[in-house]
Amino acid sequence: MSPSEQSIPHGHVLRYNLRERLTHWVAAAAYIYLLSTGLAFWSPWLFWLAAALGGAQVSRMLHPWAGLLFFASVWNMYVMWARQMKYTDDDRKWWKAVKYYSTNQDDKMPPAGRYNAGQKFLFWGFFWSSLLLLLSGIIMWSPQYFAWHSLIAMRISVLIHASAALFTIGLFMIHLYMGLFAERGAFGSVIRGDVSIAFAKRYHPAWYKEIVGESSSPRK
Amino acid sequence: MSQATLRVQKISGHAGSVPGEDTQREYTVCKLIDTTTCIGCKACEVACMEWNDLPFGETVFDNTYQTMPETRWNYWNLILFNEHEREDGSLMWLMRKNQCMHCAEPGCLAACPADGAIVQYTNGIVDFQQANCIGCGYCITGCPFDIPKMNPKTHRVFKCTLCTDRVSEGLEPACIKSCPTGCLHFGSKDDMLDLAGKRAKQLRDHSNFPKAGVYDPPGVGGTGVVYVLHDATNPELYGGLPKNPHVPLSVKLWKGPLKWLGNVAMIGGLVGLFVHYLRYGPKAREEEDLAAKPGGGKS
Repeated sequence: MSPSEQSIPHGHVLRYNLRERLTHWVAAAAYIYLLSTGLAFWSPWLFWLAAALGGAQVSRMLHPWAGLLFFASVWNMYVMWARQMKYTDDDRKWWKAVKYYSTNQDDKMPPAGRYNAGQKFLFWGFFWSSLLLLLSGIIMWSPQYFAWHSLIAMRISVLIHASAALFTIGLFMIHLYMGLFAERGAFGSVIRGDVSIAFAKRYHPAWYKEIVGESSSPRK
Repeated sequence: MSQATLRVQKISGHAGSVPGEDTQREYTVCKLIDTTTCIGCKACEVACMEWNDLPFGETVFDNTYQTMPETRWNYWNLILFNEHEREDGSLMWLMRKNQCMHCAEPGCLAACPADGAIVQYTNGIVDFQQANCIGCGYCITGCPFDIPKMNPKTHRVFKCTLCTDRVSEGLEPACIKSCPTGCLHFGSKDDMLDLAGKRAKQLRDHSNFPKAGVYDPPGVGGTGVVYVLHDATNPELYGGLPKNPHVPLSVKLWKGPLKWLGNVAMIGGLVGLFVHYLRYGPKAREEEDLAAKPGGGKS
């Protein structure tokens, strides 16, 4: 996360480097495709999504490959962020105060680091769901090679796949809501990479202190 | 195989109404297989492949009469040979012609997500429409008889059509026509059940098969293929014919409670977030609020 790799506007700090941003958008593109095709197979009322994406046969063919791409990007996030996503005592305090967070009383929140407890929950939720989706998805990928005795594995996989996917949809909706609507400035951070100092101090004060030291002066 | 002369009463993965539902006065067709008079000649296997123009695949020789272990995407009709030792120590063959059972409540159709890939005609035949099949294999998980099989090349699933094309023209299925012993019959479900019941009674009363009976499992709403068995209390003897087949629990859970829960949660989540935004709005407007409170978050 060296700040020197790009120019940051005055009064801003770098929050996501290029690798983090690219990974995020590969995951996002793959997830949106997986979500649309997956919902098409979930409900007859949404089957038109598959038609819009080039036909249901094509969707069925590409869905597993998009899944591999998605898992690869989630794995890359794990490599980049797993240590920063560790739960701490501060996170427990944050969860206790979450009602202030959800009612926009951010000044009453305990100071969050680079990721607040909600973001950590999102990360681990997506990580473990993706693992379940990968394992069940591989079992469902090529049913033509499955014999009678593995049918039970396939039946369970269909259930696990749907349940884990539903869980990620919940996470995804909250993620979109926070990033696009609730926290102004968050969306820009995953495009340009930087956030304003005010944003950093307001939502991630512990992280801001960490990157600038105790000095309150903006980065030179 | 689409048949314009047959109307459809159930469609897989279909939103909205079904055109043929309750529109036609038609009897349900049924195939009766009397396992007690089957001699295992495999004429029905050959007739099936002939009529349906199925490419001939490799058979598996395992030192028995068994052509291959189970049906294939291009082998819809297979006699299962089972050697059975009776209580008196003597041996007998239990031969069962295995194929799609054409369930009244088909698990394959319930599990299928592709609109129109599986249909049930008003005469009860369950038919796969390969043009609409997406190759997901969910039907395979839905079938309690392990019948649908996928073509690994085309990724489409195939099974017995009950010779839909012949039946819609008033003919019997090809396997029926080929049977030399008359152990196969075809007609309306009522007639076949009547005939099967009489045959089972005959076996019980006169042929020393006190457990003889008819296999028409209620767990799947009855089937469009019914068997007369020497021992109806033990259908598993006949190559694993399930005693009480039903749509698998996983499919019921997934298409029932999980689906409702998921739909309510997704729609509820969308509405909830929208209302939350109307009530609370953004945390801060980047330009004004953030700049106005540079020291926010201190505690």
